[in-house]
Amino acid sequence: MSVAPGRSEVLEASRLVIGHRGRPLGDALELRVGAGEVVALLGPNGCGKTTLFRTLLGLIPALAGQVTVAGQAIRPGPRAAIAAAVAYVPQAQGGVFAHAVEDVVLMGRSRHIGRFGQPSRHDRAVARTALERLGISHLRERPITEVSGGERQLALIARALAQQTPLIVMDEPAASLDFGNQRLVLREIDALKASGVAVLFSTHQPEHALRVADRVALMRAGRMIAAGPTAAVLTADALAGLYGLDRDEILRSLPALTS
Amino acid sequence: MRSWRLPAVALLVLVVAGVAAFATGPYPISPPALLASVLARLRGADPVLLPAAEAVIWQVRGPRVLAGLLVGAALGAAGAAYQSMFRNPLVSPDILGVSAGCGLGASVAILLGLPMVLVSLSAFGTGLVAVALVVLIARRVGDQDPVLVLVLAGVAVGALLGAGISLVKLLADPSVQLPSITFWLLGGLHGVRPDDLAAAAPAVLLGITALLLVRWRIDLLTLPDDEAASLGVAVGRLRTGVVVAATLMTAAAVAISGVIGWVGLVVPHVARLLVGPTFSRLLPMAILLGATFVVIADTCARSIAPIELPLSVLTAVVGAPFFLWLLGRSRGG
Repeated sequence: MSVAPGRSEVLEASRLVIGHRGRPLGDALELRVGAGEVVALLGPNGCGKTTLFRTLLGLIPALAGQVTVAGQAIRPGPRAAIAAAVAYVPQAQGGVFAHAVEDVVLMGRSRHIGRFGQPSRHDRAVARTALERLGISHLRERPITEVSGGERQLALIARALAQQTPLIVMDEPAASLDFGNQRLVLREIDALKASGVAVLFSTHQPEHALRVADRVALMRAGRMIAAGPTAAVLTADALAGLYGLDRDEILRSLPALTS
Repeated sequence: MRSWRLPAVALLVLVVAGVAAFATGPYPISPPALLASVLARLRGADPVLLPAAEAVIWQVRGPRVLAGLLVGAALGAAGAAYQSMFRNPLVSPDILGVSAGCGLGASVAILLGLPMVLVSLSAFGTGLVAVALVVLIARRVGDQDPVLVLVLAGVAVGALLGAGISLVKLLADPSVQLPSITFWLLGGLHGVRPDDLAAAAPAVLLGITALLLVRWRIDLLTLPDDEAASLGVAVGRLRTGVVVAATLMTAAAVAISGVIGWVGLVVPHVARLLVGPTFSRLLPMAILLGATFVVIADTCARSIAPIELPLSVLTAVVGAPFFLWLLGRSRGG
């Protein structure tokens, strides 16, 4: 299923203006994710990443410009069509109710299950396969409130997988995880890519982008200041500009960067 | 399979509670006598018991037990739906002001000296209007956090209606109307007639049916709105549907029984501890436990003291300590 990047775009946002209630927070945003490609979005807190993601997911309307995912225009409207195009992995939170991990993953099948319907045997099989792929089958019956943060994050990725979309958007998937669990999540992003699913994720850790992203987009104060292949874009100079830091300091803490 | 065992036990307990209710009181009906009378009625045969016993079964205690079942089932089911929907195990069905609305409607009707049928109707109507008002206000206020806005609007409208109830109490004739209003506000099944049951049952069954139909989707409402929407759920529409269903049955229940506290809060909580938070298992359990709780509470209300006790007093006396014990237990273990 591997398609050369740039040939077939799964997500395309052009001349996008994002914001809340008519107040723009970012404009002239361009973003592309090719089929089966992993793209990392980096930017300081408050740069508009969350608003961009909410727009890409059709949760809030774009103020101008347009977003297409898998050839379909994304705008607030019937949710089932959007849920067929793009899945969302939020930052793992505790949740209030102790649903079993398998039931949480099963929720990924919502768009396949009618308003008055129940999960079919097929839905359950898909959910179990997703659990197996993420190596958390043993957690099936455990309450989601009692598993570790990393396991919870893997369950949410499994849920997105069960949704069976060409694109998964992840909001800081490795934030608030310990070192081991961060590696686990990054490995899963690699695995998703290998299976032909495109991933767009935000992160505060440049080394995570270096490790798994094909391409990187840098966002600052509501603008894309750079986008392109990871090695070309993620340089010490670019990061220095992005976070307002000294170039040498960045090289000291991220020796893997090309200078 | 463990999944049916607990509901089966709960059903058995409910049946025992119902039979015990008939056997308790100044004219006890033994279980065999009850069975004989019911069987005769089902076969269309002549009554088998003394006329007085038949009257106790079919006109006095029967409607009361059925009312207990209906009201308890409604409050349990509505409470379970609201707790899932508001992502909070500590809300009860009156969070959106339905009980306060019903209370004001009933108090005004009693103040005007209307017959009991109109008191119930007035309670039902104002309960629905109160929640409709809350939902409309919440829509106008904004979309930042729809659940929070809904709860806050409910608190505000509830407080306003509570003030109205206080005013009506002040205006009421202290010897006749005031006790009647107070007793209504504390809930009780003593005044329930077969006609009331026939009027309330369809509304309760309609609400329960609606919740049953969307039982799988209700679990999705326990997620943050953005997540549920991304999974393909029309969150706003589903939430409104659940509010309508839960309000309809709560208003119908409160209209015939008055305001009975604690049931809608404690029962879903206990049900969740027994069968977990998955709504398709939670709902039947909440219905069974709610019905059992109210039938037992009502049996006690009319038998443990020389005068009949208001139901809310009993449900609070039993419910509050039990709830605290549960909290302590779940924290500890």
